Amino acid sequence: MNGEDRSETCDVMIVGAGMAGMAAALFAAQRGLTVVQIGLAGEINFASGMLDLLAVHPVAAGRVWADPWAAMARLCADEPQHPYARLTPAAIHEAMSGFMGFLERTGYPYVTHGTTNLEMITPAGTVKTTYAVPHTMRHGTRALADGRPCLLVDFNGLKGYSARQIAMGLAPRWPSLRTVRLDFPGIGGELYPERMARSLELADARRKLARAIQPHLGDAAAVGLPAVLSVSSTLQALADLQDALRVPVFEIPTMLPAVTGLRLREGCEQHLPAMGVRAHYQQRVLRVRHLPEGGWLFDAGDQAVARRIRSRAAILCSGRFFSHGLHAERTGIRETIFGLPVTQPARRSDWHHWDLLHAPGHPINRAGVPVDSRFRPVDDSSQPVYPDLFAAGSILAHQDWVRQKCGSGLAIATAWGAVGACQAFID
Amino acid sequence: MRTQVLIIGGGVSGTGLARDLALRGVACVLAEKRDINAGASGGNHGLLHSGARYVASDPAAARECRSENRRLKKLAAHCIEDAGGLFVAVAGDDERYIAEFPSLCSRCGISARPLPPDEARAMEPALAENVIAAFAVDDATIDPFKLSLDNIASALRSGGRLLRHHQVVGFDINAGRIRSARLRDVLTGRSRRVEADLVVNAAGAWAGQVAALAGATVAMRYSKGSLLVTQSRIAHRVLNRLRPPGNGDILVPGGTVSILGTTSERVASPDAIRPEIHELDAIIAEGAAMVPLLASTRYIRAYCGVRPLLGDANSPDDRSDRNVSRGFVLIDHERQPEKLANLITVTGGKLTTYRLMAEKAGDMVCGKLALESPCRTRLETLPDTVEARWTEPGLAPRLWLRRDDPEDDLLCECEMVPQSAVEEIVRGLRRQGGRPGLTAIGLRSRVGKGPCQGTFCSQRVTARLCDRRHLGDQEGVVELRAFLRERWRGQQPLLWDESLAQAELLEAMHCGFFGLELGAPPPGDP
Ligand SMILES: Cc1cc2nc3c(=O)[nH]c(=O)nc-3n(C[C@H](O)[C@H](O)[C@H](O)COP(=O)(O)OP(=O)(O)OC[C@H]3O[C@@H](n4cnc5c(N)ncnc54)[C@H](O)[C@@H]3O)c2cc1C
Ligand SMILES: Cc1cc2nc3c(=O)[nH]c(=O)nc-3n(C[C@H](O)[C@H](O)[C@H](O)COP(=O)(O)OP(=O)(O)OC[C@H]3O[C@@H](n4cnc5c(N)ncnc54)[C@H](O)[C@@H]3O)c2cc1C
Repeated sequence: MNGEDRSETCDVMIVGAGMAGMAAALFAAQRGLTVVQIGLAGEINFASGMLDLLAVHPVAAGRVWADPWAAMARLCADEPQHPYARLTPAAIHEAMSGFMGFLERTGYPYVTHGTTNLEMITPAGTVKTTYAVPHTMRHGTRALADGRPCLLVDFNGLKGYSARQIAMGLAPRWPSLRTVRLDFPGIGGELYPERMARSLELADARRKLARAIQPHLGDAAAVGLPAVLSVSSTLQALADLQDALRVPVFEIPTMLPAVTGLRLREGCEQHLPAMGVRAHYQQRVLRVRHLPEGGWLFDAGDQAVARRIRSRAAILCSGRFFSHGLHAERTGIRETIFGLPVTQPARRSDWHHWDLLHAPGHPINRAGVPVDSRFRPVDDSSQPVYPDLFAAGSILAHQDWVRQKCGSGLAIATAWGAVGACQAFID
Repeated sequence: MRTQVLIIGGGVSGTGLARDLALRGVACVLAEKRDINAGASGGNHGLLHSGARYVASDPAAARECRSENRRLKKLAAHCIEDAGGLFVAVAGDDERYIAEFPSLCSRCGISARPLPPDEARAMEPALAENVIAAFAVDDATIDPFKLSLDNIASALRSGGRLLRHHQVVGFDINAGRIRSARLRDVLTGRSRRVEADLVVNAAGAWAGQVAALAGATVAMRYSKGSLLVTQSRIAHRVLNRLRPPGNGDILVPGGTVSILGTTSERVASPDAIRPEIHELDAIIAEGAAMVPLLASTRYIRAYCGVRPLLGDANSPDDRSDRNVSRGFVLIDHERQPEKLANLITVTGGKLTTYRLMAEKAGDMVCGKLALESPCRTRLETLPDTVEARWTEPGLAPRLWLRRDDPEDDLLCECEMVPQSAVEEIVRGLRRQGGRPGLTAIGLRSRVGKGPCQGTFCSQRVTARLCDRRHLGDQEGVVELRAFLRERWRGQQPLLWDESLAQAELLEAMHCGFFGLELGAPPPGDP
């Protein structure tokens, strides 16, 4: 590291660039705090792009709820330690609309079904209950709901995405699905969704695609395509295809990592800095020190320390094992940056059930950083470890976003809560 | 359905016997309740024993191993890596056992060449520094999947028939003869009957259960053994601890990995077994005494099997299971109290001695059917069939790179298995009857065995199978679930560090996104 120019100061340091980190950076900037954000934005590529709020509770019974708010009330009564129970429904609602409002301004609006959940198709031919989907999927949720005849298109060379697999999986509830396999215009051999999407930024490529689909339309009242309708101009791409085909067109998410995650990432990467967030999306926090007078000193970089950040407070959004916010050794689980206490099962043999699909889920998924009502990580006696450290997102203990279907909602809502508490601290 | 001989059990004994009989011109049907090598034959160490391990506890089995080891190296060379083996003792190991070992070996005609500890460590640098004695033996490794798949493919070419996913659930017995066997197709629930002149029970650890269906008694004890697969190959040769057989004392190489085992735990039933964390921690601790790297290396999978040991299941002592004979038994139930004229049981034994078991069982079959038809498997080479070729690590990438066909997408990117290989396996499965599911493809190839733990290849292969209509409506999800569950059993005890991160991604995609857990039937319920 060289010189003062690589040192920064800010009100709040956001550690992490997943859904929780992005939401925290957004909310903090909106509240007028000065923000530095560090983390690898690549992790968001794995997100499916569907915004779950809450769909399943209790997980052991596999009960799927149409009304996420009713589910939330029940969840908070049954699991008072769940991070959602630290927030009011009004706050969660505000957080979700705040984040979706931001996405709309990035040119990638999301749609909901009023206050209820909606259903969407997955590439495995299953139906997923979620809260909000990208606008490109709007007609898919409608067509699924009313079962109208549709044509599902897939492409030679796009592995892991089979229109026929989807149609076969949905056949009992949606018998009027037809499928067709086409060559993707302009690209041969193995296809990668990102490359397909980038090619569809151009109007000419969209015209060719529409022309290839046209002869197969038949009685189809809508057309479903893998989610490749451009990365950054989905509104235009969708409109062009619908104009050419004269029927509603919708996207179905592909296997992960997918373009639907990439769009979120690029939207955040471009628009958060424009709102004043000083973001370093290629770096990680390498070391951190709590200052005697309060506040934090972070060393960040790729391999070697490239910058030093001094902040009055910090929000930890570093995710779980896949993102390395948590790390498991044979003997136990630790939090990797601050060395915070981690709530976890007593023994490794209790981490996972031997059946992958065990209905109550795997206990390790509820391990994580416990927080108080102000999202401050706490120790064994429930006391905040630091007055100026907050945590949000999937790193939090006492939730199982995978099974409860609440990943994005939890990330966004807890980011909202953590930012609120952080601002109260700073003021 | 009518046949001369019905063989029950598609492990190495049953498939070996199918080939033995088919080559003698005897018509046979093999019924297997799950798939080829679903039992011990798919859950073992893959060690082609020199026999040295049994010189103290079971000299007769040691001699059988020695002679079959030599024969198989000639007749099934394509299934074998002639890696050689060492027996090594470390400081603290039983001096008396070490001193007696050479003479015990020579009494069984087994070659054991003494090596100075330095030389052993130069040959195998992973060995601990405190090696005090070492001997070189003729151990080798054998791919049990390739072996059984080649045996059954060869049997089918000579007129045999295979019924996968068919469980024998009962016999119709009349006047001291089995008239027919009742089978249940476990995928569809349909039943069917097979009439046979003779029935051979080659059901391994399940031999007692099958015999009981005919009112006969074969006393079995169920001894579970668990094993661990390392991410990379740690030693060139088979490394055996020079001491009375115990936990975690053999490290067997297998292509690009090494396999550490085993344990011996009495279980109540040969079904629904899985490797458990306490066993694996014990194996690692023991193994590390001989090869210290084993304490810190990355493991990619664990699995287990139940040894078909003869003896009373109620005998109490767990440790004594190590000393139960590794020899096999061949029972003519005509000479047993139940006096069934046409039932034979062949069980016990080793993978190493499977061919000998098949030969002796074949001789008895022919004797009872009054056929003059000598055994041919003792002289004829086991053919290297296309059905069995994709189990070999590295073969799929080699052929794929050589073919260089841009249309031939890699469905499993970790192990580089292209769609052409999957199609070939599907064709083979179609010839053998039954549905070409994901799990069946996994058994016959490297699909799902790489570091992604099946996260991506499972969906890619399923998409492909649906595209080609190899699967019917709804079957895609059923296959995905079954495959991921099967893989998970072997991953779950080893989830820490990067493997845990990968498992989290797997669950995020297949449960978080696809919701496969919702509405899933209980495990094992097809
Ligand atoms: C396969 C998959 C499928 C998903 N499907 C859905 C879905 O269908 N619906 C839905 O709502 N959500 C889905 N999600 C998204 C998921 O809900 C969110 O990603 C999840 O809640 C985690 O968000 P997060 O921001 O807390 O953590 P992550 O997204 O894991 O982000 C953690 C961040 O912390 C950073 N970090 C870690 N260590 C450091 C360090 N030392 N210094 C700086 N930064 C660090 C990482 O680089 C990363 O940017 C899916 C996610 C995955 C992986
Ligand atoms: C942990 C372990 C390690 C081992 N290591 C080695 C080694 O390194 N070297 C070596 O030589 N040997 C080893 N062995 C021993 C060797 O694996 C077995 O002796 C051999 O595989 C037994 O084969 P089998 O065909 O007799 O039985 P199995 O392979 O168990 O086959 C029996 C089959 O019968 C089927 N079946 C059961 N009931 C029915 C029914 N009612 N209807 C239809 N089918 C039925 C089962 O599904 C099963 O597939 C090991 C064994 C274990 C458990």
